[in-house]
Amino acid sequence: MVASGASDVDTSTSKHLRGKYAICGIGETSYRRGSDQTTRSLATWAIKNAMDDAGMNAGDVDGMLSYSGNDSTFSTFVAGDLGIRLNFYMDVHGGGSSTECLIGIAIGVIEAGLCKTVAIYRAMNGFSAVRIGGTGARSAAPVTGDQIHHRAYGWQSAGQMFAPSFLRHMYDYGTTPEQVAHVKVAHSNHASNNPKAYYKTRLTPEDVVNSRVICKPLHLLDCCVETDNATCIIVTGIDRARDCPNPPAVIQAIAGRTCKPRADMHYQHGPISTVAGYYAKDILWPNAGVGPEDIDVTGAYDAFTFTAMLQLEDYGFCKKGEGGDYVSSGIINLGGARPNNTSGGHLCEGYTHGMSMVIENTRQLRGEVDDFCPIGPDGKRQHTYDYAEGGCRQVKGAELTANLGWANPGTGSAMVMAKDR
Amino acid sequence: MPIQGEYQGMMLTIDDLDGENRDFFRHCAEGSFHLQRGTKSGLLRYPPTTACPWTSERESEWVPVEGKGEVHSYVEVHHAIQPAFKDKVPYLVLLVDLDTQKGAPTEHEALRVAGNLMTEDGEFAPPEMIKSVGIGTRVKMIFVQVADGFALPHWVIDGDATQPETPWRYPQE
Repeated sequence: MVASGASDVDTSTSKHLRGKYAICGIGETSYRRGSDQTTRSLATWAIKNAMDDAGMNAGDVDGMLSYSGNDSTFSTFVAGDLGIRLNFYMDVHGGGSSTECLIGIAIGVIEAGLCKTVAIYRAMNGFSAVRIGGTGARSAAPVTGDQIHHRAYGWQSAGQMFAPSFLRHMYDYGTTPEQVAHVKVAHSNHASNNPKAYYKTRLTPEDVVNSRVICKPLHLLDCCVETDNATCIIVTGIDRARDCPNPPAVIQAIAGRTCKPRADMHYQHGPISTVAGYYAKDILWPNAGVGPEDIDVTGAYDAFTFTAMLQLEDYGFCKKGEGGDYVSSGIINLGGARPNNTSGGHLCEGYTHGMSMVIENTRQLRGEVDDFCPIGPDGKRQHTYDYAEGGCRQVKGAELTANLGWANPGTGSAMVMAKDR
Repeated sequence: MPIQGEYQGMMLTIDDLDGENRDFFRHCAEGSFHLQRGTKSGLLRYPPTTACPWTSERESEWVPVEGKGEVHSYVEVHHAIQPAFKDKVPYLVLLVDLDTQKGAPTEHEALRVAGNLMTEDGEFAPPEMIKSVGIGTRVKMIFVQVADGFALPHWVIDGDATQPETPWRYPQE
């Protein structure tokens, strides 16, 4: 194993903010291909939905954070559109693993007194404009400087860049394509119970391994779906969150963009089949005061089937090298011991750079997942816990969730949330 | 002046402020692979950077390094993203452990140098050659000219080396 492992990670980080902040509002647009809207328009839609969810008006939100990769709008525009006067905002460059990290930053700026409530959004036309799969404008951009060392070799898209880690995991541990395909199978089952999901069809492992090869070891169905959407999460102090209409999802701990050594070219530092979660776990679990065995629902980032598996393994949900067994055992399915991405995730619901997985786990902790179950006279969903197609996706008694955000094999973020006591 | 060249239908540019990359690719154009060696650490690094990843020192010198090694992992692309590569599929991007400094300074570290699998005359490898290469294959470096003072390192099967009986390949062909 890696020589510079757990022992050199600082786990002395202050734990005194555990349980002091919460997600009080969540909002989404629809997940579509062909939004026919600007990212500015999508962002205002998602933020307004989150404000409504939190029972807040413009005067209640005074902080804003967003992330993008030169493909979105800015906080000042959408805040102005919504009549929000900001005391703090920051728009950062980032993709996957930004969600959990920005929630950590939101806690920090509220704690420091810069503002009281932060709306975090990600708005993207990931299908209609700047395509997340890397075709179109991104692939045609001029190749300069450090990019020459990869783009000149036809080594550019996320799938192409991550594939050496995925293949090496198969080599090191005997992981099979069929095992990893079960991630897609599980998420497709979950998506079939999600009215919002872009792909709702249930799939088999054979469907995945017989779909066309994009770049080995990735088949088409190992890859996430490109969609147009915006998402928003509102973070505030726990006392304020308790005054909101929905139960708070209480933030227990965050690891923010933890890196492997040599983040510039992480493949220099092996084992390359080990990912950043190996380091982040030593911040996440001590600060949360729980371990992977305590978690009821996971949200392991599924840009690809492999990314979910690698993270579940390196955060300690199974032994190193046993990720293939873990994801194909039924544990990650609804009805299993610890379902992953119950919305269908990026593979099936839509691609949001991580936001939707935190939104889903917030709903799980509220006990109010928006599935196909009937709504009772009190306006609340009457969950059946029947996970057959077109049914329920609420996890019974969900009290603790873990989100595992992925930027690339070398960088990741994570968050543990709890149901309010 | 920036160094620019069209390569496989792509315009590649080394900015005139980018001394590290200019030196790296100039050595390649001269037919000799060079890497920076930190003067304090004595350790080589890839890709070119402005500080030593082990000591943070900025002082370094370019030293010649043998372009030989073993495939550590790879990606076999069947659906190209970049327009320039649409007519190259399938193609291999190899991540090669150089023999030099392998397993140093710690066990799992290596100078892992990327490049495509090419034929000896610098063309993209045909499908039957791709099928003979996997993790463990011994390869050696060649250079493909882009412009004056600018060549890219690539990999060819090392015909003189003892090859593994069956290099590890992804199970589905």
